[in-house]
Amino acid sequence: MSRKQKKVLVRIIVSAVTLVICALISHFIEMPLAAELFIYLVPYLIIGYDILIKAGKGILNRQVFDENFLMAIATVGAVALGDYREGAAVMLFYQIGELFQSCAVGKSRRNISALMDIRPDYANIEREGEIVQVDPDEVEVGSEIIVKAGEKIPIDGIIVDGRTTLNTSALTGESVPRDAEKGSAVQSGCINMTGLIRVKTTKEFGESTASKILELVENSSLKKAKSENFISKFARYYTPAVCLGALALAVLVPLVRMIIGTSPEWGIWVMRALTFLVISCPCALVISIPLGFFAGIGGASSQGILIKGSNYIETMANTKYVVFDKTGTMTEGVFDVVGIHHNIMEREKLLEYAALAEIGSNHPIAECIRAACESEIDKTRVSSVEEIAGCGIIAVIDGRKVAVGNEKLMGKLNIAHKPCHGVGTLVHIAVDGEYQGHILIADVVKPTAKEAITMLKKAGVARTVMLTGDSQKAAKPVAEEIGVDEVHCSLLPADKVEKVEEIISKKKTKEKLAFVGDGINDAPVLSRADIGIAMGALGSDAAIEAADVVLMDDNPLKIVKAIKISRKCMRIVYQNIIFAIGIKLICLALGAVGIANMWFAIFADVGVMIIAVLNSIRTLRIK
Amino acid sequence: MKKSYKIEVDCANCANKMEIAANKIEGVKNASVNFMALKMNVEFEDGADVKSVMKEVLSACRKIEPDCEIMF
Repeated sequence: MSRKQKKVLVRIIVSAVTLVICALISHFIEMPLAAELFIYLVPYLIIGYDILIKAGKGILNRQVFDENFLMAIATVGAVALGDYREGAAVMLFYQIGELFQSCAVGKSRRNISALMDIRPDYANIEREGEIVQVDPDEVEVGSEIIVKAGEKIPIDGIIVDGRTTLNTSALTGESVPRDAEKGSAVQSGCINMTGLIRVKTTKEFGESTASKILELVENSSLKKAKSENFISKFARYYTPAVCLGALALAVLVPLVRMIIGTSPEWGIWVMRALTFLVISCPCALVISIPLGFFAGIGGASSQGILIKGSNYIETMANTKYVVFDKTGTMTEGVFDVVGIHHNIMEREKLLEYAALAEIGSNHPIAECIRAACESEIDKTRVSSVEEIAGCGIIAVIDGRKVAVGNEKLMGKLNIAHKPCHGVGTLVHIAVDGEYQGHILIADVVKPTAKEAITMLKKAGVARTVMLTGDSQKAAKPVAEEIGVDEVHCSLLPADKVEKVEEIISKKKTKEKLAFVGDGINDAPVLSRADIGIAMGALGSDAAIEAADVVLMDDNPLKIVKAIKISRKCMRIVYQNIIFAIGIKLICLALGAVGIANMWFAIFADVGVMIIAVLNSIRTLRIK
Repeated sequence: MKKSYKIEVDCANCANKMEIAANKIEGVKNASVNFMALKMNVEFEDGADVKSVMKEVLSACRKIEPDCEIMF
């Protein structure tokens, strides 16, 4: 409890005790009305003085009909009608309700914030041989910080000394540990699990991953969902409408009764009008929506899914088309040797020759061949390397002429080569003019890609489409393997935008299209789609910048999870809206006919709000 | 220019009203209040004096909710 809340709690207790004492005194001792009024004023003022002051200020600032004003009028009205005890008790009850509300909101706020607890509190730096803790804001780019085992990395940087295992779960939602050693880039928010490391910072604290993510989540309110705007607008019309209703109850009804000849009963109807006003307080209504979205965004971020605004939750919940990129999204995006065929010499030897020939190349394919080669690569064995652009390499290794390259190279050298039944990039190898076989290199489909597509279907996505720059031959088998409905091949980045536009123009406007990519070279598509999802964003600022929804790791199953969370969140938000408005209207009706009294009114308001809070918290729990 | 401020306010509806009030202040291009995060994001008009604009925003908000606070 905060200090403010504790103060209110003390006032509530003191006032409740004095109220009981007053009730006892007035019960046992006969006293004039003035004296009774006087003693009841004690608990009333203890509990209500701030409300009365605020109400007075409100009138001065022409802010009538706010909560304080209503409570002041209602309780003063009760007192004026001679019901002192009721006046004091209602005020007491109102304060209890308010305290309850503020505690509940505070609690849920802390719960949700705890999920996003990635803000590092300090950084260790070395000063004159001693390790001191400093505010991470004060650490300049390029300084060296020390992160001990068990501590959070405060600022992005590169390890200059030490090796360790990192827990990235706060950022990615996955608790797969990641090894890091000298030279690895590390992101703030990760927890250093095992060893002491020294990190040279590459960014300021404010620009580091953890700060960026927090900023993004906290600023997500800038982009309000339609339902949020709806409720703000609703509140704007609702308040005057309720005031008119109250006026009608207080004045019109007694007047009508006078006209038809019955007793006007001014007191009763004025009291009912006041109750009506107290019931009308729109707070529960107003809080239920942002709270739901806040919980949704908080819950998602704890799973490594960053949603940049409530509006995206709304859009994502209606996703019917999921379009994705192939390389890096559904496949690992790294090449791997998947086969060595038709080899005459030993596999290892063939790989070694290829690796030696490609020694100077930084082409991804060369890198992957070098990585696959298990034996030591001895540079001195290579005496000359000739690169033939777009074809391959001819090198002299151990005095033998080795040609490594594609079909064109083989054609040029007039060497008969064998085609491959597999899918991927072929690297043919010939030694001294004789064909020695080929290495098949392919991008590997992510292990969860197929499951992700199946789950998307189950979640009600109507169509899954894969767009790729690769040739049909490379893309088709992947599409078949993971089970997408549609595949478009050989697309340039601009073609992808066109394709997405084509799909958008064909679908109904209510059905939304999500594009999933790695965020690096598909920024135009990400922004063109109804909702752009970037994945594998840990450590990639460009991806975080470009997308509406950011998946910190690169597991395609997260797409399904993001959609599920957004749907659940929307369900809860709608439940809250309907529930809050429904209960309000029922209570207003009950208040107007005199069934609900002031106590009931306050109870209804607090009750609705507590239930809305509890309901919203459900968003946090999603499998 | 955009800036983010920490705020203190007790009820959601008051936060809503603060947002409406802040948007009416001259020099404020767009203001948005997040009650759950207790943050106010303000986008200023070009050339606006941030300090004096925020003073006005605070006084406008105080009129609605005497208890509220904006840290700037």
